Amino acid sequence: MTFVAKPKLSHPELPRNRLGLTRRDYEGAVSTLCAGCGHDSISAAIIRAFFELDLPPHRIAKLSGIGCSSKTPTYFLGRAHGFNSVHGRMPAVATGANLANRDLVYIGVSGDGDSASIGLGQFAHAMRRDVNMVYIVENNGVYGLTKGQFSATADVGARSKRGVTNTESSIDLAALALVLGASFVARSFSGDKAQLVPLIKAAVLHKGAAFIDCISPCVAFNNHAGSTKSYDYVREHNEAVDALDVIVGRDEISADYAPGTIETVVLHDGSILRLNKLAPDYSVHDRVAALAHIQDRERAGEIVTGLLYVGPESKDMHENLNTVATPLASLGDAELCPGSAALEELNATLR
Amino acid sequence: MIEDHVGLERCNDFVVKFANVNGSGSASANRLFTRAVLRMGVPATPRNVFPSNIEGLPTWYEVRISEANHLARHGDVHLVVAMNPQTWDKDIAEIAPGGYLLYDSTKPLPPSKFRPDIVVLGVPFTAICNGEYGDARQRQLFKNVMYIGALSALLDLDVGEIERLIGEQFKGREKLIAANLHALRLGRTHTLETLACPIGLRVRRADAVGDRIFIDGNSAAGLGAVYGGATIAAWYPITPSTSLAEAFQRYCRRYRVEPESSRHRYAIVQAEDELASIGMVVGAAWNGARAFTATSGPGISLMQETIGLAYFAEIPAVIFDVQRAGPSTGMPTRTQQGDLISCAYASHGDTRHVLLFPEDPHECFLFGAAAFDLADRLQTPVFVMLDLEIGMNERLAAPLHWDDARQMDRGKVMTAEALESAADFGRYLDVDGDGIAWRTYPGTHPNRGAFFTRGSTKDGRARYTEEGAAYVENMQRLLRKFRTARKLVPRPVVSQAARPARRAAIYYGSTSPAMEEAREMLAERGIALDLMRVRAFPFQEEVMDFIAAHEQVFVVEQNRDAQMRALLINEGEIDPAKLCRVLSYDGTPITSRFIARTIAEEAGVPEVVPLWKATP
Repeated sequence: MTFVAKPKLSHPELPRNRLGLTRRDYEGAVSTLCAGCGHDSISAAIIRAFFELDLPPHRIAKLSGIGCSSKTPTYFLGRAHGFNSVHGRMPAVATGANLANRDLVYIGVSGDGDSASIGLGQFAHAMRRDVNMVYIVENNGVYGLTKGQFSATADVGARSKRGVTNTESSIDLAALALVLGASFVARSFSGDKAQLVPLIKAAVLHKGAAFIDCISPCVAFNNHAGSTKSYDYVREHNEAVDALDVIVGRDEISADYAPGTIETVVLHDGSILRLNKLAPDYSVHDRVAALAHIQDRERAGEIVTGLLYVGPESKDMHENLNTVATPLASLGDAELCPGSAALEELNATLR
Repeated sequence: MIEDHVGLERCNDFVVKFANVNGSGSASANRLFTRAVLRMGVPATPRNVFPSNIEGLPTWYEVRISEANHLARHGDVHLVVAMNPQTWDKDIAEIAPGGYLLYDSTKPLPPSKFRPDIVVLGVPFTAICNGEYGDARQRQLFKNVMYIGALSALLDLDVGEIERLIGEQFKGREKLIAANLHALRLGRTHTLETLACPIGLRVRRADAVGDRIFIDGNSAAGLGAVYGGATIAAWYPITPSTSLAEAFQRYCRRYRVEPESSRHRYAIVQAEDELASIGMVVGAAWNGARAFTATSGPGISLMQETIGLAYFAEIPAVIFDVQRAGPSTGMPTRTQQGDLISCAYASHGDTRHVLLFPEDPHECFLFGAAAFDLADRLQTPVFVMLDLEIGMNERLAAPLHWDDARQMDRGKVMTAEALESAADFGRYLDVDGDGIAWRTYPGTHPNRGAFFTRGSTKDGRARYTEEGAAYVENMQRLLRKFRTARKLVPRPVVSQAARPARRAAIYYGSTSPAMEEAREMLAERGIALDLMRVRAFPFQEEVMDFIAAHEQVFVVEQNRDAQMRALLINEGEIDPAKLCRVLSYDGTPITSRFIARTIAEEAGVPEVVPLWKATP
């Protein structure tokens, strides 16, 4: 439970990105989670995504609530400010942070307890408010820190380690995000880094709320037979609709794909998402169809993953609020204080 | 029905109460009346008594007219304008003996509906309106203006002032001006022709208003937030604080639009609840913006957990609490000072928070602006404790001024340059000995100054720890910081009695005008009182010295449990026997009469004759 700094030593020949930084520069403190925890794989994917996007680590703000997942921002991006807030309240804190400084990149990490139970309301409103951020739920269907109670994302019929069967219907956060009007919705699996890293990159590049429901098995309390969030179960039932390739504006497009299976999405900054469609009839732009597909496959016992929906470039919260281009936190007295003359004028109208 | 000679004779010193139906459009007519009195140079203090309802329930507007500048609620009513049949009996019963009743005499009422000891003045408002206007809404609205016309005749109001106010209010809309003036004159002419005017209550031109302005505390506080540099407001609608957030929006639209782009130098978010509004404030302030929320008691209850986070993680936050009568939903449209303890010690564990107590709109503005400097300097939540009485009622207040040389105090923030040249940075290290550590905003420096903010225990370098010694050191530093706060918050205002006094009273917030008047009343009866108006928590040493210097100290407040008294006892280790409770908490603003009577009884001099009765 204590803070363990990572040694600063790194191999001189580690690859460097366009900023001259190595992957080590995107790491944080040593994880104190259980060995094999899915969350650590997600942290590694986040590190790799930001490294590959050539983003300066200190221009990222990482926020979380409370729970195992919410501890993880300590374990990546050590040069970035982090905020481990209150249980279920990360979305509001991230919204406020984003209001203050629109120039930073925001990543919120939450868990299924944090977002589907205590913080369901805040999750919903961050989605509908379209806060420009990456919102990852590290979803293991269980409360880890309090030792194994079901969370609200546990499936009906799932069996806990202590042998209890869940009877309450589960909340599918990705489906919910679609209903709430989120402009970017994805689902992934901590055990599938090839899928997860491009999804995180795309989520960072997307303008607006980008939600990733990432199933992340809990090795301590939810990785047994009978669990529907175990490594084995998810591997077996994972049904990806697409495979994603993210091409940042200036990169050259080099990959070859079979014709007819590729869909290209151009983002606001010119970056390109190339979707290799694995479910041929699936449209990533059709919110209603996406929802129907997820629910249809769920009925068949499958877990649909991949980029599930990406909307046409939407207005994010700042555009809706028509705020100035300069971060509000950077405005000074001259821009903010109307001064004495205005006050004297106002006095005159109040007599 | 009644002989003229029984009527009270009072000039520039009486109370008019309007009994209306909510949603009938009476508010603007009643306000017109008050403003006309003010324009005649006579102080007038209105109070809205309104239900938690949009349309149909009773609402009252009580105006105290006092050339002697007594702005507190009087307690008596000298003239009732009875426009609500629902509350007729209660309204009639409230009139002081010899007082007056103005009513709509369109329908005849049996004599049993009146009182023999009051002067009854009937004007057939409905009949006149029905003869004049076809549209039902017009009939209603102009009936309101018409009774103002009647009052102008009865009270000898300068009708020219009312006409000028109508002209200002509807400037550019000539048709509306003409229509309102017509209704005004209809009421006035009919009254002059049918009743003996003026009556015994009169408004005579004076010079007692001076350069004061007429504004409500919520507007002034919202304006204070603009001047204080707030850029982010996150709030959830709740009476009686809603108009504060709305005022901030109104003034931002006027003063905070970037001329070249028409874009906003502010962001206002109506959050999904108070849990979210305080979360947004904390997130924004963590990221370097000045942010606030406006709420009332129930909102404070919901915000407790995040307030504790802001205290422990040391993040500025400004919270305007416009108090209403609790607990629970309580009386949502009635005033109280009931949130002192829930704010002073908000959240679980050992916490202490800074509270400011503005007495009127002028201080709502001042403290509204100063709260942001204090929050940044102290890196902690700061509560501005208004109440419904000053928040939602317009008051005469000193004009607002601003020193253009003043700059925002952003507190101890390390810039990139400072991080470059500094030998060391630890987020929670007390390098200056005042308990306040240096902080950095996210995104400042590529590889220095980043830290992890958390509500869990940490060491001086913001690293998670569960070491008892580190925890205690941190908690002790927070106490040091709270002691530093004492030097920064507004000092109390002391007013000595004319002769040395062994008794004193401590009061705060909206109690001011009642306390000041009560002191005059008590002085008449030979009870001398020194006064101290506490303006902030934590208390300065001089508060405790003041208590020590007197034999008996009355703590005057508007709650059941004597919350200020409890804070004084707890923080100053005062002998409870020394502090006498003077408590008014029925939801109506405290009166001078109540304070004087209670203190006189406690002091063993019970039979106080109020000033207004002692004087002819």
